[in-house]
Amino acid sequence: MIVMATTKRIVLHFPKRLADRAIVYHLVKDFDLQFNILKASITPEEEGLMVLELTGKQADYDKGIQYLTETGVRIQSLGQNVLRNEERCTQCGVCITLCPTGAFELERPARRVVFQDEKCLACGLCIKACPPRAMELHF
Amino acid sequence: MAKTVAEINEKIKAGKAVVVTAEEIIEIAREKGTKKAAQEIDVVTTGTFGPMCSSGAYFNIGHSKPKIKLGGGKTYLNDVPAYAAFAAVDLFLGANALPDDDPRNRNHPGEFNYGGGHVIEELVAGKDIRLIATAYGTDCYPRKRLATWINIKDLNEAVLFNMRNAYQNYNVAINGSNKTIYTYLGILKPNLGNANFCSAGQLSPLLNDPYYKTIGIGTKIFLGGGTGLIAWQGTQHDPAGLRTPSGVPKRGAGTLAVIGDLKQMSPKWLVGTSMLGYGVTLTVGVGIPIPILSEEILQYTTVTDADILAPVIDYSDAYPQRKPDILAEVSYAELKSGQIKIQSKKVPTASLSSYPKAVEIANTLKQWILSGQFLLTEPVAPLPGVESGISFKPLNERPIEE
Ligand code: SF4
Ligand code: SF4
Repeated sequence: MIVMATTKRIVLHFPKRLADRAIVYHLVKDFDLQFNILKASITPEEEGLMVLELTGKQADYDKGIQYLTETGVRIQSLGQNVLRNEERCTQCGVCITLCPTGAFELERPARRVVFQDEKCLACGLCIKACPPRAMELHF
Repeated sequence: MAKTVAEINEKIKAGKAVVVTAEEIIEIAREKGTKKAAQEIDVVTTGTFGPMCSSGAYFNIGHSKPKIKLGGGKTYLNDVPAYAAFAAVDLFLGANALPDDDPRNRNHPGEFNYGGGHVIEELVAGKDIRLIATAYGTDCYPRKRLATWINIKDLNEAVLFNMRNAYQNYNVAINGSNKTIYTYLGILKPNLGNANFCSAGQLSPLLNDPYYKTIGIGTKIFLGGGTGLIAWQGTQHDPAGLRTPSGVPKRGAGTLAVIGDLKQMSPKWLVGTSMLGYGVTLTVGVGIPIPILSEEILQYTTVTDADILAPVIDYSDAYPQRKPDILAEVSYAELKSGQIKIQSKKVPTASLSSYPKAVEIANTLKQWILSGQFLLTEPVAPLPGVESGISFKPLNERPIEE
């Protein structure tokens, strides 16, 4: 029997109390999944944020995801896309220091705020933090 | 070589006025010297675009048939309560008003997705607004309920009236506690994690005329994309506060109350704004022309970000508890570098006020003047200055014994 391996990219949101290392360790040891941490960061609420590429058998992957959910990790698929509504953006720049991945950059000397969506993890932080609500979640 | 406003207006009408922005004047004065620059330049334009909470608008909606007296009753615009405490069909809507059923901060931090500021933006954009009113009914105004769409083009008057805008300078907010806080100056991360400021700095109107020598009551201005007037000094006007030796305020200082016809304004320059965990407000565009009447007045307009200092205040403690403590004084040049140093910690900075939009306002006003469509005005009365003795007093609480 040939078992197809699956590779998926997911965004994990950890509550403060969980240590990311321990979780990744369980995924490897108990579910036989290979992982690749693409990005790890901490939000202002000190919630852990990690983008993970998981590879393994579909059944193991499903069990791994179930384990994560039960532990209190919120899982978000990377299929979500955060876009900027250019008309609503006032170029204030308050998102720059909030984005955990540095997806907003200030273009000097004009001080225009450039959004580099390739750096965006779709963590959703800027959506409620943007005063005119220019950042939008698309599915 | 002193010029007068009337002389400058003659040049504007003849298409001969020289107009530059408060950003451009810095280089020009550096190259030519202030004396020559003052002879050549007639007007310096300023601009600012940031959230300004003490903003609002009043309307007269016209009489229904039969008539209703909204005053003393309850009125909602898109579910946001408007202040109905005047005659039959006059209303005032404040930028910070929230629908009665908004959860506010019950689930902290509240989202504050929609409120007075957003209604003002949609009204200005020409969208229909849902008006629901209840009244008590009188012999002359028998009606007790009203539910109707209204549109700005049908209103008798729609007037933006902001009791405090364009703060001369402003605090830099930081968080010294160990948890995230949500303020009107944005989200502040724990342990001095970030610092937010809110001023256009060298482009900001009152920083270019620090002693209110040309800007006064009656001055015609750019307001929300249309023209408006300075109606009065703004609330909390505090001209006598700390200043640098060259006169630049180091604290909030002066403010303006402004008024203008909402019908000619634009949603581009009046933007409904949501501050997470704090509330709703309105981001307002204000631009003020400064007539260069003398070398001294020109000198003031050459102020740069490096000359303007702002106090860094802990919004987890000093600000809410009304303590006088400040953590540091930093210049806008430092703030705009993206990083300041507080207690030997490097703190990333961000702005709530949009510099690119402030530049656009100053340039728009410059174009209006160059094209002859906007003439300057002489103030009808000065704003209270340093000598006025006016200061921003705290509340003297006197407990009421039951
Ligand atoms: S916070 Fe919003 S409006 Fe401000 S620069 Fe960022 S995306 Fe634009
Ligand atoms: S959703 Fe916003 S805050 Fe989160 S990574 Fe993308 S741009 Fe940054």
